[in-house]
Amino acid sequence: MADKHAKKKSQYTTERLYPGAFEGETVTRRRFMTGTAHTAGAIGAAAFLLPALGFAVGPIFKSTPVRWESVGSEDLFNEFNYVPVVLTVNPEIGEAGKTTVYVRRFNRAIDVDPYDRGTPFIAISSRCAHLGCPVRWVDAAERFICPCHGGVYDLLGRRVGGPPVRPLDRFYTRVNAGREVELGPRFSVNSELKRFSPRDPGEPLDGIGQYAYPSRPGAQKL
Amino acid sequence: MARRPKLPAPPVPSALQAPVPRPGENGKAAPADQAKNAGATVVDWVDERTSLSGGVRWALFRKVPKGTNWFYTLGSATMFAFLSQAVTGVFLAMYYRPDPSGGAYESIRHVTNEVFLGQFVRGMHKWGSSVMVILVFLHMGRTFFFGAYKYPRELNWVIGVVLLILTMTMSFTGYLLPFDQRAYWATVVGVNINGTGPLLGPYLSDFLRGGSEFGATTLSRFYAIHMLLVPGLLAALIGAHLYLVAKLGTTAPPWIRAEKPEELREAEA
Repeated sequence: MADKHAKKKSQYTTERLYPGAFEGETVTRRRFMTGTAHTAGAIGAAAFLLPALGFAVGPIFKSTPVRWESVGSEDLFNEFNYVPVVLTVNPEIGEAGKTTVYVRRFNRAIDVDPYDRGTPFIAISSRCAHLGCPVRWVDAAERFICPCHGGVYDLLGRRVGGPPVRPLDRFYTRVNAGREVELGPRFSVNSELKRFSPRDPGEPLDGIGQYAYPSRPGAQKL
Repeated sequence: MARRPKLPAPPVPSALQAPVPRPGENGKAAPADQAKNAGATVVDWVDERTSLSGGVRWALFRKVPKGTNWFYTLGSATMFAFLSQAVTGVFLAMYYRPDPSGGAYESIRHVTNEVFLGQFVRGMHKWGSSVMVILVFLHMGRTFFFGAYKYPRELNWVIGVVLLILTMTMSFTGYLLPFDQRAYWATVVGVNINGTGPLLGPYLSDFLRGGSEFGATTLSRFYAIHMLLVPGLLAALIGAHLYLVAKLGTTAPPWIRAEKPEELREAEA
């Protein structure tokens, strides 16, 4: 700590006896030139670094347009069992951009959750909520089973075993004028089947999870 | 000021050593002698303008402690694994196409099945990556168990940890490039593991994928990280790592006892 009773040093360079200092000058020319050169260098570096960085992280903030895709006639699906359909999530990368979705009709007896009211069809994503492997509907067991790390889900997509942190994701559904079922954006649900904007696998949505894993601007949302 | 110890002359082959001038010998050398001394002349020419030989002697002709053994070669073994990856990687890049709609897999198939020695070079790169990871961990274990991370070498340990993380980044990004089923699903799982970090994790996943879903630019992103971003960082940090090794010297194994000063030994005798 500086001694507060010490005499304050003058801010003028002449009084501080700098050789060649001007009257009333507070910054030496050498110091000023050094600062100017550093500032110019920083501006020059920022001029190429900032755009390059923004270019690299830009896709995080780019929103994806909502797509609806027809997956077949209404008659294809029933109330009691899932029918697998193929949905294109990303049309640019061929087969890698496709995913399997399990679809059935809304069933008053089992879809008792208030959040599912008014949904004509239930479409369950095959992307495991643990780390994103493709789950398979096993009819005999009435379970969705993941081949990678043993995640198991029930008929409604709720976790019943293994490492997944939330139920299977779902897709918005609607029926178009040609009586065909259309699937829209994906959404995530917590263990009470409450809806959230789409999250990646491995991100819990119960309790503090919904705040620790925020919705991102880039996801396709309705 | 104490006199600095004289460093030994580098063991240059005799053909490259300048001949000692004989007394009374002056005037221009005969063309045959000039040709004979061409090597020494070139080395001298470069050294006179760069003083490189001093740096080379400083870096290579160091004193090493008693008890230095084969475990001390794990670091240079790791570096040679890196050099092998760098060289084979550069040549693989001449054939590889980061095209997600089939071209990437096709170019790898072409390298493996049709290019002369392609399977061998790709095999070196593929298996060499595992060798490098194993060597990194053995080198780290040697440093840990010999206590070589202690003062004044903490910073070198920190640089080593960053090098370990960068090596794992190389393994992760390189795994996607063949773009077969295994590569695709391993990357899906790996990116989702990144995403499980709270708050920033989801954004890191988006950065890696170049969007909210695995897309057309994910592969080129991984390719750029794998062959431009991380190798540059790796090479620079290996340079810093080696500089500190040369600057600080190596440690003796923990079972070597320090020698007593001469006065104490004489007193005991």
